[in-house]
Amino acid sequence: MSEFFTLSVLIATFASAVRLAVPYLLAALGETIGQRSGVLNLGVDGVMLLSAFGAYYAVIETGSHLLGIGVGLLIGVFMGVVYAVVTVNLHAKQGISGIGIFLFGLGFSDLLSQELVGAIQPIRKLPSLADLPLVGGVFEPLEDIKYLGELLFSHNLMTYIAFALVPAVTWMLNSTTFGLNIKAVGENPQAADSLGVSVERTRFAAIMIGNALAGLAGATLSLQLGVFQQNLTNGLGFIAVALVYFGAWRAKWVMAGAMLYGLVTATRLQWQARDIIPNSASDLAAMTPALITILALVLLAKRVRGPAALTKPFSRH
Amino acid sequence: MKRVLGASVPLGAALLAFVLGSLMILALGENPIAGGSAIIEGAFGSGDRLAVTAVRATPLLLVGIGITIAFRASVINIGGEGQIIAGALLSTIVALAIPDTPKIILLPLVMVAGMVGGGIWGAIPGALKAYAAVNEILSTVMLNIVAVQLMNYLLRGPMIDPIEVDGSRIPQTERLTDNAAMPTLVDGTRLHLGVVIAVLAAVVVYIILWRTPMGFRLRAVGHNPDAARAAGISVERNITMAMAMSGALSGLAGVMLVFGSESLRLVTDGSAAGFTGSAGFNGIVAALFGGLHPLWTIPSSFLFGALLTGATQLQRALQIPAALAVALNGLVVLFVVSSDRVGGWLEGRLNQGAYDSETAELRESAADDLEPEADLVSADDTAAPQDTVS
Amino acid sequence: MKTTRARRWLALLTTFLALSMVAAACGSSSDTDSDSAAATAVSDCGTDNSVEMGESVTDLSVAVVAPSDSEDRAFTQSMIDSLTRLGIDPQVTDGTFQVDVAADAIRGYAEDGIEVVVVHGTQYGGSLAEIAPDFPETSFVWGTSTSTNDIANVFAYYPEAQEGGYVNGWIAGAIADGGSIGVVGPVEAGDAVAYINGFSAGAEANGAGNVAVTYTGSFSNVALATEAAEAFLTTGVDVLTGTSQSTVGAVNVAAENEIPWFGTQSNQEAWSSDQVVASQVYHWEVILDDMFEMIEGGTLGGEALALTLENGGLVVEFNGCYDLDGDIVDGAADIIDEIIAGDITPPA
Repeated sequence: MSEFFTLSVLIATFASAVRLAVPYLLAALGETIGQRSGVLNLGVDGVMLLSAFGAYYAVIETGSHLLGIGVGLLIGVFMGVVYAVVTVNLHAKQGISGIGIFLFGLGFSDLLSQELVGAIQPIRKLPSLADLPLVGGVFEPLEDIKYLGELLFSHNLMTYIAFALVPAVTWMLNSTTFGLNIKAVGENPQAADSLGVSVERTRFAAIMIGNALAGLAGATLSLQLGVFQQNLTNGLGFIAVALVYFGAWRAKWVMAGAMLYGLVTATRLQWQARDIIPNSASDLAAMTPALITILALVLLAKRVRGPAALTKPFSRH
Repeated sequence: MKRVLGASVPLGAALLAFVLGSLMILALGENPIAGGSAIIEGAFGSGDRLAVTAVRATPLLLVGIGITIAFRASVINIGGEGQIIAGALLSTIVALAIPDTPKIILLPLVMVAGMVGGGIWGAIPGALKAYAAVNEILSTVMLNIVAVQLMNYLLRGPMIDPIEVDGSRIPQTERLTDNAAMPTLVDGTRLHLGVVIAVLAAVVVYIILWRTPMGFRLRAVGHNPDAARAAGISVERNITMAMAMSGALSGLAGVMLVFGSESLRLVTDGSAAGFTGSAGFNGIVAALFGGLHPLWTIPSSFLFGALLTGATQLQRALQIPAALAVALNGLVVLFVVSSDRVGGWLEGRLNQGAYDSETAELRESAADDLEPEADLVSADDTAAPQDTVS
Repeated sequence: MKTTRARRWLALLTTFLALSMVAAACGSSSDTDSDSAAATAVSDCGTDNSVEMGESVTDLSVAVVAPSDSEDRAFTQSMIDSLTRLGIDPQVTDGTFQVDVAADAIRGYAEDGIEVVVVHGTQYGGSLAEIAPDFPETSFVWGTSTSTNDIANVFAYYPEAQEGGYVNGWIAGAIADGGSIGVVGPVEAGDAVAYINGFSAGAEANGAGNVAVTYTGSFSNVALATEAAEAFLTTGVDVLTGTSQSTVGAVNVAAENEIPWFGTQSNQEAWSSDQVVASQVYHWEVILDDMFEMIEGGTLGGEALALTLENGGLVVEFNGCYDLDGDIVDGAADIIDEIIAGDITPPA
């Protein structure tokens, strides 16, 4: 136990938590934006799987991580358009259409993986800042700083983007017209409509942004792990949706939720590695992130109302 | 006429999905017509296939009518997977504990046990939502994870078949005794009593929801929680009750999966879907295809079960990866659920004249009354909405 | 670890020489076959390790029902590869992780008149018990399982995974040389446990300081396996191993951090040509061949056959690209001999 509580191990655990949390964070931020506009998307996992495969395949074929991320983003945007049409124009029931997207993404990504790639092969993982081509040299000395280096400067680019998106999303929702429109449309679409805000266009945009972020999340997942397999996400997308409620639709609390989930997971793996948790309790250990998330919400939840128009399609009557 | 139209639009949507699926099959170098006929043959091709389809549909129906109850109280229950597992675990524990009980006592007993197990697993998120403002999507997703790990722990530990301990260490229970098997309805097929029980359960749920005070209260809470509260109905209790009932029905589905199965064991491969076949999610689909009405869920779950069963035949006959069937599933769901509005639009166009369009509008708003306004409300407005407890 | 081509060739040559010397020594000192030679192999560095279609050994029609993808580089692929080596191109239904769906497929193949249905999934056994009696003319080959449940037309097969595990562990112990070793396991069940128990025993018998095992709780969650391996790195492990479909995550971590890796179920060199030391590869074809003979002769089941080092069903395949010390290679061959002779019984 005492070996765990050394600074270097604690920092390594935190770094592991960050790696685990980033896909959750990206996807959850996207879902937050969508839900704020009144749209629930349960298909996040499916979008992530499709973009995870797309990014992986792009790297196999071209070796470029940048292209991989780009492909993932594009897939997210495309699925965003699909979901937006289905939700905003066709008024499909949102929970169920999400499940349709999930099943489609799960099956299609698996199918593509079998047909296009066959036997899975590893790809080079996303490089950390110091390993970036061209600019990496700048960050090397930063990474070498004792303790702080690993803590702050040793992550990959998507990690920094993900955390930078937290204040960006907050700012967007609170300080831009677009963001205020999103919130208005989620709270009271009738009123927003009468004020001249296009409910359809706002929701469309919010859904596209949300799914684009899910696409980034999926790409980050496969490129961080360096592989794609069927059902690579293992339910990550659903947990990301759950984290939006945990965070009460506020970006920084969503981030806290993602970090909590990552930290508990990283810690239990550390404790299992050091036999602090014996193998007879490995299943219990695997439960802990889920249990602690519920517990944390029970203890800390403020009774915050969600967007009042969440899941209700808008019709001008 | 309208009813025919009402049914044909979703069917048309499903066909559209199949067209896309055919393109995928073509891309794989196989014949989509053969694929289509494989699906139909696999689902309906013989008495035995029909039996398999019906058996496959049973957990979907049970989960689906449970979902209906929850939705009517405006709670979304995506915890079906965990509730199925909880019901299966508790019922199997009971059956292992009293193996020599005669079938006529044992089966009802394990069904009750399954409903209790699933009911608890549903009541927890229900109560958390009602009393602690914990959103049910979060708690059900988390409890699904907990349920799988619980199953893994029990099946590789205390509940493992004693033979396995020194053998292959397969995480499964021992084979239950024959008096634990669901009775077969038609000899030589796998059609078992569970199918009938599920249909009866659908009728019971219909009666509860529309013919009892409890059902009225549930629907009132779902329709307008503030008005319900003002009328003296306990919103918290009813939400918890709805989730518990929904969980109980999923738990019963878990019982069917064990006691109606060929192997008469509970076995895990470490995942939820390995045991449930994603019935927890597919049941939601079946419920919504049935318009959130328990009686309509009967044919919709049968049809959905047919799709799933036929897909196995598709896979076998054309050597197509299972993944395609999953993707096709998703497309069917997506297209059918998107076709709702198209159906309404078509109806409006076909009925010229103010009187007819007025009737259409009336029908639409009546349909709205049948469905809760806040379909999948996950916002915490069932708790005191204006309070912010710090 | 960078080696020049010359050094690589030298290492390969040494390994071959060492093995053939050991084989010769064994062959001359006892009257059994040089089984230890059958139980090891060395790959050529840089070759693809893909399996070639062999000459067909039987005309029986064969179908396979398996839970995961045929190209998963793990459990299912090992079976498909084995059939390929026997020149068989079976009908395959894979990805059937739900038991009742698999049962449907099994029954379907039997109804279609397939003569041998390979039921490649432990969890299908219960259903098989109901299906097999309905098709007395069909032979069902089921694994992994140590028992046929007394059904006349069911053959069972299983790997004595602890044997190769022990060998892997022994080599790992030599490499670790008093240091510690990390094992990333999925769920504590099935042949994963056998491999891990054997591995731990072998490592500890050969001087490993500490063998730590983490069960992540999932067979398929790659992210968990990755972070479990990362956690081991912080404890200062010198060697890593793991099992299950999710293991690719852990192998990647080993590869990036230049930690030697040991694999099981299939040859895992494709994951990392530099860091994979050896893999215990399941060569089901050894026992499948026997089963096909029996089936052709009219015996449709009733026996449980094991993959062992002795019968060549388990092969410890050394990575020709990994520069392994000649003494260790010799020692491993000795250990294999002792296991085959029964002097060592690795715990399962």
